[in-house]
Amino acid sequence: MKPSPFAYHRPGTVDEALAVLAEVGGDGKVLAGGQSLLPILSMRLAAPAHLVDVNRLAELAYVRAGPGGVRVGALARHAAVERDEGAARVQPLLRQALRLVAHPTIRNRGTTVGSLAHADPSGEMTAVLAVLGGHVTLASAAGRRRVGAADFFLGPLESAVGPGELAVEAFFPAAAAGAGTAFLEVARRHGDYAVCGVAAVVEPADAAGDGSAGAVRARLGYVSTGPTPSVRELPGAAPVGPGADAASWADAAAQATAGLDPEGDIHATAAYRRHLARVLTARALAAAWSASAAGPGRRDAA
Amino acid sequence: MSTEQQVAVRLVVNGAEYAVEVPVRRLLSDALRHDLGLTGTHVGCEHGVCGACTVLLDGTPVRSCLLLAASVDGQALTTVEGLARPGGEPHPVQRAFKECHGLQCGFCTPGFLTTVAAYLEEHPDPSEEEARDAVAGNLCRCTGYQNIVASVLRAAQITREPGRGGRA
Repeated sequence: MKPSPFAYHRPGTVDEALAVLAEVGGDGKVLAGGQSLLPILSMRLAAPAHLVDVNRLAELAYVRAGPGGVRVGALARHAAVERDEGAARVQPLLRQALRLVAHPTIRNRGTTVGSLAHADPSGEMTAVLAVLGGHVTLASAAGRRRVGAADFFLGPLESAVGPGELAVEAFFPAAAAGAGTAFLEVARRHGDYAVCGVAAVVEPADAAGDGSAGAVRARLGYVSTGPTPSVRELPGAAPVGPGADAASWADAAAQATAGLDPEGDIHATAAYRRHLARVLTARALAAAWSASAAGPGRRDAA
Repeated sequence: MSTEQQVAVRLVVNGAEYAVEVPVRRLLSDALRHDLGLTGTHVGCEHGVCGACTVLLDGTPVRSCLLLAASVDGQALTTVEGLARPGGEPHPVQRAFKECHGLQCGFCTPGFLTTVAAYLEEHPDPSEEEARDAVAGNLCRCTGYQNIVASVLRAAQITREPGRGGRA
């Protein structure tokens, strides 16, 4: 299992990289962390004529957390994003999800922007970008454009990154004041691909402008449940019973997952995936609620 | 393809400098074994699942089968051959695997040793659950993992013994 031959380019700056990508166009493939690309090359599922290695572009190895959100450069490894205290403070969902991305050894090399560009619908970070409504900045020799999460994931392993383009940065919006987040998944072993996973973001009803007691506005993002990460919104969900109990969110979870249409494969039937989505959604809502200003003991913090 | 593109790669492996010219598609795992003759790094699945080929890149565990040698030109690596102390005294993790029977056939062992050595640098006192999690990315088809988990805990213990600190 070795990659088939290709022409190798190792630009030293972003401008050089964009010039090479413009030249090779659709025959080129960007190599960043390579934790998904190298297996694909070795198994010869792909054989690009040109490989553009961006690992020398140190200017893109950044994680910048600000009041508005977290900017992640194309060469920031998952491990660097996971360990960044500023990023965890501004958007806790990042670290919660990154802990579930493959194994630590893979996270040491794999990049967050690369996993978005790879657009594997079982990739945790695709659901994080989608549920948060983030965006990806694409650069080419012709200029830059910003693509929102809703338009970025086109299909399984297909993103909006076009020929000649380099995904240079991902932006994850900050958590709203008083919001709570959670990321839960079921995998055969910790670190394996999720059979099903859910990212939950809840905001207290006050923030959502809804007056009902204990109610929250919730957004849910799903992995391994369709060709692209699906997002569901519950504008006014309320726990039926103690908010910290998953059982209290059973109705909300049923409502959120009603339209999901996952496929079956050797790991799980479609029915089992639907079941997991419902159960995980209730648990994630309970966990996110508990971490939010709507939950116990967090009002002061909000 | 006789005109295949070659690239000059300089590596510092276990403190020794190497300069080789390899095809650009050469995987780091193959460069270590074939071009540098360091066959301690084992190649199992060749797609990043088994962990046997794990080496330390600037001290951090990575899968050498998921890297091109060209990508790490100029960087420093530690392979299983580099774990023992200069006099040949085994690394605490190697000692622990021997004491606790953390291996049988030994094929997966280099990947476990490098992974665990790096893990203990950051987590000197893991719980059993943490030890199990630390090796979750490495496959072993012989041991059933119980003795490997015991080895991780024993290695932590050896490292903590006075005067036997782990390698920096």
